[in-house]
Formats: sequence, structure tokens, C-alpha cells
Amino acid sequence: MELNFDDVTRYGALLIEGSIFTVVVCVAAGLVGLCLAILFAEGQRRAARALRILIRAYVEFIRNTPFIVQLFFIFFGLPSAGVKIDANTAAFLALTLNVSAYFTEIVRGALETTPKGQYEAGAALGLRPRQVFFHVVLRPALAKVWPALVSQFTLVFLGSAAMSQISAEDLTFAGQFIQSRTFRAFEVYIVVTLIYAGLALAIRSLLLLSGGRLFPWLRGAR
Amino acid sequence: MPHVPGTQETAVKLVGVNKWYGKFQVLRNLNLSVARGERIVVCGPSGSGKSTMIRCINGLEEHQEGRILVDGTELTDDGKIGDAIRREVGMVFQHFNLFPHLTILENCTLAPMKVRGLSKAEAEEVAMHYLTRVRIPDQAGKYPGALSGGQQQRVAIARALCMKPKIMLFDEPTSALDPEMVKEVLDTMVGLAGDGMTMLCVTHEMGFARQVADRVIFMDKGEIVEEAPPAEFFDNPKNERSRQFLAQILH
Ligand SMILES: Nc1ncnc2c1ncn2[C@@H]1O[C@H](COP(=O)(O)OP(=O)(O)OP(=O)(O)O)[C@@H](O)[C@H]1O
Ligand SMILES: [Mg+2]
Repeated sequence: MELNFDDVTRYGALLIEGSIFTVVVCVAAGLVGLCLAILFAEGQRRAARALRILIRAYVEFIRNTPFIVQLFFIFFGLPSAGVKIDANTAAFLALTLNVSAYFTEIVRGALETTPKGQYEAGAALGLRPRQVFFHVVLRPALAKVWPALVSQFTLVFLGSAAMSQISAEDLTFAGQFIQSRTFRAFEVYIVVTLIYAGLALAIRSLLLLSGGRLFPWLRGAR
Repeated sequence: MPHVPGTQETAVKLVGVNKWYGKFQVLRNLNLSVARGERIVVCGPSGSGKSTMIRCINGLEEHQEGRILVDGTELTDDGKIGDAIRREVGMVFQHFNLFPHLTILENCTLAPMKVRGLSKAEAEEVAMHYLTRVRIPDQAGKYPGALSGGQQQRVAIARALCMKPKIMLFDEPTSALDPEMVKEVLDTMVGLAGDGMTMLCVTHEMGFARQVADRVIFMDKGEIVEEAPPAEFFDNPKNERSRQFLAQILH
């Protein structure tokens, strides 16, 4: 069998665009998802009972259904409920909801390990519960589970390939498009696979490294 | 060196305080009046309710019956009053409870900025003042994890002082420390007592009690069993339970 990458390279620009979209949409979903997860995790500990149950149900629902089904649900479901939504936005939304549910579980676990003394010291200084949460509890908790968050994010990043199924213009979508034009399936997917691997490794290392910056007090302590 | 409080105004007052955990009564009819500038040492066997009493005074725990007045204000269920009182009452814990992700300086400036509304510069000036008082200004940029236990506890004292509290509570501040670090923390507390700070201190450090306490309070099974000046309490305890307790801690 002869490999010929000429056709693939002609579409290089598409692959780059697709890669950029994949990275941007995943990072954005990761950031928004983390913010949501922090609210949900703390909400599950402190909010009114009804709200706690709602959050719990949301987290369980997301974690017990396939991502691609969630994606279809949003992309095809919202329009029939009267909300117009394009494929790229639907993909972002689905990724955000998906990652937020997994992050919620991780963050909640971290919050639970916070020593009682930290809350007491905060309260004894006159800080209100919200201030204690944001200024005292949150950062050490995130630091504790940073590697877990990074792993989970990597999984979501790779799983994001599913968004090509609703024709969001990601890296996999670009691959499918080039393949349909050139009939060089093997070459195309060799390249696409390598790009995914490179990006995943790069993102993971970058995030793990940035943990040192985000959580400077752990330097030397580990 | 008995200390005569400058004024007879009451800093802390407990009237008939009862508290239960479920069916278990931890505090039984506590009556106590602490004058401004007075130094009280609280001692008693494990489980006698010392921590619980101290924690009720700054509202970390709720009491079910009786009244607790701090600086003339009664502690009620009203959260706002609780917040206001906690600002006036500093607390030092057995396990320091410094915030690990904040530098020593940031540990000391967080509450003054967020609660008292000080600017960063003002808060840092206050913080450096108290860090100098506890003799660790040079550690200001480090994280708590890099400090020894004794240093951490001195930071915790400075952190509480930065809120300019009227009353300081200590819950066994030296009992988690290696023996060689106990003295540096006690010295800091003696210094504080010398400044006229109202102090309630749960401790079994009898030397400290003799040196600075105006009164020793002995608790057992949730009750205040005996209350006397340190010399009297240590040399001539009146109550049988006090005697047993002293025999135990003095071996
Ligand atoms: N949150 C709680 N729930 C139930 N019981 C509690 C709780 N906190 C304390 N207790 C009980 O109340 C009693 C008094 O506890 P407290 O911590 O005040 O004692 P202490 O005198 O400070 O003892 P120690 O010298 O061991 O610190 C103990 O029997 C303890 O088991
Ligand atoms: Mg105790």
C-alpha cells in the first residue's frame, strides 16, 4: 500500500482551522464548566433542599448518558422547543454541560476534604460564609484535585470529536470533509490522529505545569 | 504578679448557659463574668466542655439556654450580631488553622480588608506591626507550610490581633507544639497580657497560668467547679475534683 499525503496537505488550512476550533471550544467549555461546577458543588452542600436535589439529578443525568446523545438532544431538541441554535453553539453548550457535571463531582469531593478548622478560622475572623468559601476554601480545594480535573478535561477534549456528528466544524469534521474530497481516508486519519495526540499531550502538560503557577504554595511542598 | 483590671466593665458575661449535643449536656449552668483586661485561664479534664464554652463565646457554637454577652451585646440567633461580635473577638486554635494558600502577610490582611474594609496598604501596615510584635516579620512572604509549628501559632496570634479584637480566646494554643516551641508562643501571650488584652485561655500550662492569670477556672463535666486566683487554685484547691485533676497533670 502506498501512502500519499499530497492531497491531505492541500487541505492543511482546513485541518488547522478545525484544530483551532476544537481547542477553543473545549477550553471555553472547560472554563465555563469549571465555574458552573464550583457553583454546583457548593450548591450541593449548602443550597436549599430542592435545589440540591435538582443539581444532583442534573449531575447524575449527564454522567449516565452518552455525550453524543446529549449533543443530539441539544442540537435537535432545542429547535423543536423554539430555540434556534447553530451546530457550533450547540457543541459548545453540550461540552460545557458535560464537563461541568464531571467537574462538579471532582470539586465536591475536594470541598469535602476541607478541614473544619479552615471554616472556623474564617468565621472567627468575621468573614461571612461566602467570603470563607471564595477566599479560604476554594483555592486549596481546587489545588488538591487539579490533576484529576486535568485528566477529566483531556477525556472531554478527545470525546469532543463527537461534535462533528452535528457538523460542528472541528478537527474531526475537517478530516471527514477532506476524506470525502480526496478518498484518502487512511492518510487523513493518520494526520488527524497525530494532531489529536499532539494537542492532547500539549494541553495536558500545559495545564499541569500551570498548576504550579496557580497554586504557588504547593511548590516545594510536593 | 496579680493584675488589677483597670476598669470593672464587663467584657464577657455568661448567665446560666446550658448547651446540649442531642441529649448529651455539654455545658451546665455556666455563670461567668470577665472584666475588661482580665486574664482567665480555663482548665479541666478532656471532654469537660472547655472548648465548647470558648467557642460559644464567639458564636462558633450555639447555646440553647441562658445568655452570653460580649462587650455588652447579647449573642442571639441574629446572624448580623454574630458577625459583629466575631469581629471583636479574636480566636487562636490548637492547630493554628492558618490558610495554607496565602502567604503569612496575606493571612494577616485578608480579614482586615474583607471585613473591616481596610485598603491593602493599610492592612499590610497593621499586619507588619503585629508580625513584628510576634517576632516574625522576616517570614511575611512565606507560605505557612514553610514555617515551624511555633512560628505558625505566632502568626495565628498576629492574624487575630490584626482585627484589633477587644477580647482574645485561646483554645490550647500550645498543646499541638513540640516542647521546644511552647515557650516562644507562651512568651508572645505573656506579652499580650502585659498590654492589657482581655484573655480567655484554655491551657494546661501551669507556669503560664501562675504568671499571667487573674483567675483560674476549673471545669468538669460541663460545669464550672472551681474559680480562684492561680496561687490559691494550684496550692490549695478546694474542690475534690480539682485536686484529682491537679494530681494528674502534675504527675
Ligand atoms: N459536635 C459535637 N457533637 C457531639 N458532641 C460533641 C461535639 N463537640 C464536642 N462534643 C462533646 O462535648 C464534650 C465537651 O467537648 P469539648 O471539646 O468542649 O471538651 P474539652 O474540655 O475542650 O476537651 P479537650 O480537653 O479534649 O479539648 C465532649 O464529651 C465531646 O465529646
Ligand atoms: Mg478542647
